[in-house]
Amino acid sequence: MKLSLNRNLVQRFGFSLITLMALMTVIPIIGVVIYILIQGGPAISWQFLSGFPHDGMRQGGIFPAIIGTFYLTLGTAIFSVPLGVAAAIYLAEYASENMATRLIRLAIINLAGIPSVVYGLFGLGLFVLFLRFGTSILSASLTLSIMTLPVIISTSEEALRAVPQSFRTVSISLGATRWQTIRRIVLPEALPGIITGVILGLERAAGETAPILFTGAAFFLPRLPGTPFDATMALPYHLFVISTQVPEMPFQIQYGTALVLIAFVLGMNLVATVIRSRARAKRQW
Amino acid sequence: MTNKIVVETLTLQYSDGAESLRNISMDIREHAITVLFGPAGGGKSSLLRCINRLNDLTEVRTLKGRILLDGENILDPKIDVIGLRRRVGMVFARPVVLPLTIRGNLTYGLEVMGEKRKSKLDEAVERSLKQAALWDEVNDRLNDPAIALSGGQQQRLCLARSLALEPEVILLDEPTSGLDPISTGKVEASLQELKKHYTIVLVPHSVQQAARTADFAAFFLQGELVEYSEGKGIFTTPKEKRTEDYVTGRFG
Repeated sequence: MKLSLNRNLVQRFGFSLITLMALMTVIPIIGVVIYILIQGGPAISWQFLSGFPHDGMRQGGIFPAIIGTFYLTLGTAIFSVPLGVAAAIYLAEYASENMATRLIRLAIINLAGIPSVVYGLFGLGLFVLFLRFGTSILSASLTLSIMTLPVIISTSEEALRAVPQSFRTVSISLGATRWQTIRRIVLPEALPGIITGVILGLERAAGETAPILFTGAAFFLPRLPGTPFDATMALPYHLFVISTQVPEMPFQIQYGTALVLIAFVLGMNLVATVIRSRARAKRQW
Repeated sequence: MTNKIVVETLTLQYSDGAESLRNISMDIREHAITVLFGPAGGGKSSLLRCINRLNDLTEVRTLKGRILLDGENILDPKIDVIGLRRRVGMVFARPVVLPLTIRGNLTYGLEVMGEKRKSKLDEAVERSLKQAALWDEVNDRLNDPAIALSGGQQQRLCLARSLALEPEVILLDEPTSGLDPISTGKVEASLQELKKHYTIVLVPHSVQQAARTADFAAFFLQGELVEYSEGKGIFTTPKEKRTEDYVTGRFG
């Protein structure tokens, strides 16, 4: 009797500790969001969101940076999503295990480990200089795409592989082609996972500074970019600039910019969550 | 009665060295139940999977011999495999319902072949469910997710799903291994009804089931066809010592 009481006590203590640890992981994210909300909240106004910066960026808004980040994210999605999902389908559904696929997999894993500034230099060399796309939205989007690809490919491949093999066998045995099996059974099942991977990848692209530093980001532009061959301002780079390059910068504007960037990224997260839970609710098994 | 399927000197080896078939020759009669029985790893499932070319999904090292379906060699790489799978349906050991509605499962095979007419699809749904003795249980909830059905119902749905394609041959790989005796009884009763219109090849999950259902029975042991005969004789007076050992329960 005494022994079992003791065991229960140990268990209660253990679980309390684990719960505490789990709660502690929430603290940083809540801390960051609250701190930035408090510091940057007062800077947010319609004029801040929709105006151009002036007076050496110490005054005015960040509209061009918001639009720029939107364009860059969109551009990245246009290149990386079709390529990434197609590569994942190839790897998960068509490729047989041989030297070539192992090489592709190895490349993807290593691509994910490369520091983002190296992508920036690579983009500068390939897209800006060699292909003569110049410092432009196109060059920056392509650079971000390469950086995003491994995330999209590996999460999508994972999602495809999680679909039970028996579904494929049954579909084939009912006379479907492999492509019909993928389109009608496998892709719909894997879609929530793929969407999550895509948005996670694009989130990272939206928040990165280093890859766009040399390939598409501008310090200051008096007007919005008109074509994909124009350079653009972007939120993360703008934040970097006003935090380090401009003396006597009002800190509200810095935190206001950070707040908008975080809202942008968390907003994408929210969209991903909504899409995923909708898809899950519709799932018929 | 004519031979629906003729297997001629079929030899099969998988790349990983697993289960294989050695020089199998046998005739499978039309409108009858032919059971393939024997201990696990004997090659029964492999033979089934050859008959509708599901083996294409597996890495095969050697495949020799022929399987003739109505005189046409279905192992010929040039044949229309999709068309073959429409003629030869398959039901697996564990019921695998596709992540669709009950109706969606039944119409899937027809839809991938391009059938869009609702009247045709409705007709196939009702006919196949009645043939698989499931119509009375599910006709009021055809648009529910198929996964909501019980295990026994799911397996009959899988049977119905094959029947919806109006195949000529139905291959069943231990279709009742996961089912309770009542569901098993329903499936076996359906099979007796179905053999009037279809050619059935069944891998039973026990010798008892083999003896209950067989019109023809083939005993497989380690990739070899040991004995093959008409009727229940093989279960009562087997000719081969190895068959006798197995059916009397001395091994397996």
